[in-house]
Formats: sequence, structure tokens, C-alpha cells
Amino acid sequence: MLISSKAIIKQVAYILAHVPDLVRYGSKPAREIAAGRTKLAELEQHLRSFDDTVAYPPNQIFIGNISPDDYADLPEPWYENLLRGKSRYGPFGEIMPQDELYGIMKMWDKFNLIDLSPSFTALLNGRLATHPLITTEDRERLGEGTPQEKIEVKVEKEASLPLYHNGQLVGCVNRAHEQDETLTAHVMLENLLTKVTGILVTRHLIRNSSIEPDKIDYLLSCSEEAVGDRYNRGGGNMAKAIGEEAYCVNASGCDIKSFCAGTVLAIIHSAALISAGLFNEIIVVGGGSFSKIGMKFQGHMKHNMPILEDVLGGIAILLSRDDGTSPVVNLACTGKHDISAGATAQAIYEVLILDPLQKMGMKITDVDKYAVEMHNPEVTLPMGSGNVPLTNYKTIAAMAAMRGEIDREELPEFIQSRGMPGFSPTQGHIASAVPYLGHALKLINDGKINNALFAAKGSLFLGRMTNLADGVSFLLEKNSGRD
Amino acid sequence: MVKKLVEEHGAENLMMIIGTPDIEGAELVAETVTEGDPSYAGPLAGVSLGLPVYHILEPAIRAEIPEDLYKEHLAMMAMVIDPQELETALAKYRKKKSLKKS
Repeated sequence: MLISSKAIIKQVAYILAHVPDLVRYGSKPAREIAAGRTKLAELEQHLRSFDDTVAYPPNQIFIGNISPDDYADLPEPWYENLLRGKSRYGPFGEIMPQDELYGIMKMWDKFNLIDLSPSFTALLNGRLATHPLITTEDRERLGEGTPQEKIEVKVEKEASLPLYHNGQLVGCVNRAHEQDETLTAHVMLENLLTKVTGILVTRHLIRNSSIEPDKIDYLLSCSEEAVGDRYNRGGGNMAKAIGEEAYCVNASGCDIKSFCAGTVLAIIHSAALISAGLFNEIIVVGGGSFSKIGMKFQGHMKHNMPILEDVLGGIAILLSRDDGTSPVVNLACTGKHDISAGATAQAIYEVLILDPLQKMGMKITDVDKYAVEMHNPEVTLPMGSGNVPLTNYKTIAAMAAMRGEIDREELPEFIQSRGMPGFSPTQGHIASAVPYLGHALKLINDGKINNALFAAKGSLFLGRMTNLADGVSFLLEKNSGRD
Repeated sequence: MVKKLVEEHGAENLMMIIGTPDIEGAELVAETVTEGDPSYAGPLAGVSLGLPVYHILEPAIRAEIPEDLYKEHLAMMAMVIDPQELETALAKYRKKKSLKKS
């Protein structure tokens, strides 16, 4: 393989945005409420406060205030054993409250899609003044607000979607066209939420990296949405829409999609573009997936738990030319799921784990940490969806046992030392291996581990075009110094 | 698809073999094709098909699979999910189904 420069991962950023009053609009809750099987008032009784969301241990791992290694010792259930006193800000990013999120939706909306009431706007102006990444120019775009009566008319007569905060009507999302089904208020809300969480996390990334944003050459968005109009439903380009508000004036960009595998795929594409010498600095960004909010809410309500899928995620990763110190994306050690590979777990893991390692003459036990689908099991188990990371780790351990690298009795030890509990919100592309990237960078930079393998899978059948699975993987490793 | 097959051939002439990678998922599918979709997500919401359901790793099914194919495709997953636990979990749904018929 001809590689002109190694590609390194310089920095990452992660954010969460708490959206309790939008849970009702998530795909699953909206359908259940409309069908009369769930009463909105009952659903609202299971919503969490912002303080509880900040204190929830998996969220604190996500923004980097605690590590997955600390997490293994925390008492369960995590939603009852909250970490009080932790900050909404962490080394990787932040957890943004809902009111501020409505504010950035208004500020970064270019098409008058958002109306907020004057009193709410005044409140937001004060709150956002203390935010480290929101400028005075940003706040000026909040304007004076739209009279409450006008918002009520828009909701009643113009198909606008009401925006609530603490149960009060504070604004609305407007449709962008009267007839176009791809530009309804609901679709606009979905796409705007992806965009603003993408912008927020990109601004965090730029700050964390101490890079001038005009040095960024390219952005790849791996977000889960479909921006477009009725003549091109998934036309894109979310990447440029995000870059525009993150001061990346010298960057272009495009979107990469493959269901949940999109993020890892975008990292490999970026590393290849850098290694080929085409670009020097690339940002991979994924905004939040609004449709998945409240997806498993029935399981949470049934078990008298808070609805834990009340946060949007955001991830951003900065890849650069070799700096001689930051961890390297080893492009000689990548896995891909070929069309003929087969869809059994065994087949998928062979191409994602064994194939790349064999190319390097490595064994499964030569990898210090495996990052798989990092879904928080406390979200998935109440709905019968299993403990996804644990099943993945068992599968990798079983593969090592089948190959005689470990004894069967050593499976639990392998899982404990090379795996970790899931801590990511169930936001598809967000949860797929990459939430661990920030922690892995730190451990590699601190000399505590040498490498970590990131593997993501995609459920392509959901789009009804193919029954094939997808998957992709890469090895992140310690930098051996400049070539 | 499953609903259509049952309408075409009758539940008494069919059995369902599943391959989910965890017990919780297996139970969810089993409930869906016996009593109806508990999550009301698809066409089997409120529809009780009463299909007998087995997991491919259960001892009764494993006995029917040639050894070489088993090793190639299934042996690894048998280390991930305990076949005996699977049998116990799914027997509940087969029992419910037979109680319903009598």
C-alpha cells in the first residue's frame, strides 16, 4: 500500500442535548400516542430533570468526566445511583439543556423555521451569554422573539409543530413548504436538530484541538438524517451546513452513510484522503438522531424507570497528517464486510476482527481494547433488546477461544479486560464504537494501552433495498514517531 | 412475511427457527410469533400466530445439523449463548402455545 503520510486522530469531541419535551415527537412515542396506546400525561411522568441527566453515570462517561474503567464498579441501576456534583461540561464536550438547544436552533436556522416567544428569547439571551462557545453575534440572531399569539396561530392554522419547555408553549417549528412532504415541520425539526448538535460538537472539537478553524480542509458528516426536497429526498450536504456555522470557511465537505457503520467508515475515508496527500485536516462529524428519541420508552415505562432515551448525541473527530505523537489510524489494518461475506455473527466478526489482524500478523489477544456497539444496556434490556456490547464481547472472546488463543474458561477475563460496559445513548451512528475513541486516545497518549480496535456494523435491511449486513473496522495504535 | 406464510400454509404446518445472538432477543421474537408483537412495531401487533418457535442452537435443532456446517457457522455462537438456557427460555412460549390449543 502506497501511503504518503500516516493519518492521526488529533482530538475528539462529544456532546449530549437533553430534550425531554421532544420525546413526544420521537418516531415511536409519536406513533403510540397517536394510536391511543400511550397517554402523553403518563409518558411525561417518566421524563427526567436536567440535573438527573447530567448526574447519570453513562452520560458522564460520554463527555469524559469519568472513564469506562471507573464505571464497571458503579452500583446499578445507574439511573438510581446518580453522580451528584458532576459538571455539565467535561473534557470532551458538554450536556446541553433543552432551553439552550432551542436557542441554538433559532440562531443557526437560515430559513425562519423556528419561532420563539419574546419572554423565552429574553431568558435564553441571558442563559447563553455564559456559554463558552456562543458569541455575541450568535445571540444577536435570536432577535426579539415572535408574539405568543402569532405562534399559536401558526400551530393551529399553518401546520407548525409546537415547541414546549417544562410543558409550556415557548415557540414552534415551521414547515418549509406547503405541499412538500420532505419539508414538513417535523422533518425540519429532525434535520435542524442534527445540524445544530453537529455544529455544537464541531465547535467543541475546534476548541479542544486549539486549531484555527480556517485550517480545516474538509468535513465528512455521518449523521442519520435525509436533507433534501421532494425531487431528491436524501440530497445532503449536512457536512457543509455544519461547517458553515463552525467557522470552517476554507473547508468543503460531503456526507457518508451506511446506517450505524457510517462513522467508522467516515474515519477510514478521512484517513485515506489524508494519507493520499489530498487534505491535511479533516473533521468527521455526526449530529443527533432525533427519530430515535424515546424508541424504547415502553420498556422504561413498564419497568417504572425514567425514559432514558431523552438525549441527542453529537460526535466530532479531527484527523490530521502525522504529528509524530498522536495515535495513528492504521490503514493497513482495516476490515470491511464484502457482499459475499455472509450475515451470521461469526461471518461478520471474521471480516471485522480476524481479517485486519491477520493482515498484520496479529492475534486477537494482541489488541488491548475492543470498541464495539457501545449501547447502554440499561436502555436496551428493559425492552428485550439484550446487552449489545456484552454479546459482542462474548462473540470476540469466543472467536479467540475457537482459535486456541485463550481457554474457554478465560472468556470472562477477556471480556472484562478488553471490553467495557456500554455507555452510549442508542443513537445509531453515535453508539457504534466511536464513543470510546476519546478514552482510547487518552489511554494511548498516557502509555496505558498500545492499541484499540474499532468495529461498527450497519443494518442495511432496514431500508428494504438489500438483505445484506454491513460492517467496517480499523486499528488505532500508538504513534511510533515520524517516518 | 411470516404472517403471509401462516395464512398460506397454516401454523400447524410450520415452525419458526430463529438465530438471534442473545436470549432476550430470542424471547422477544418468540413472543412476537406466538402471542403477538409486544412492542406494537410491525404487522404482528395484536396478532397471535401461535407458531412453534426454536432457536438454531437449541439441542433439538442442533442434532439435525451436519457437524461440518455446525462448526463453520454456529460453534462459536454456542459459546456466546448457553443452549440450555435458550431451551428453557423458549420452552415457555411453546408451552403457552400448546396450552392455548388444548
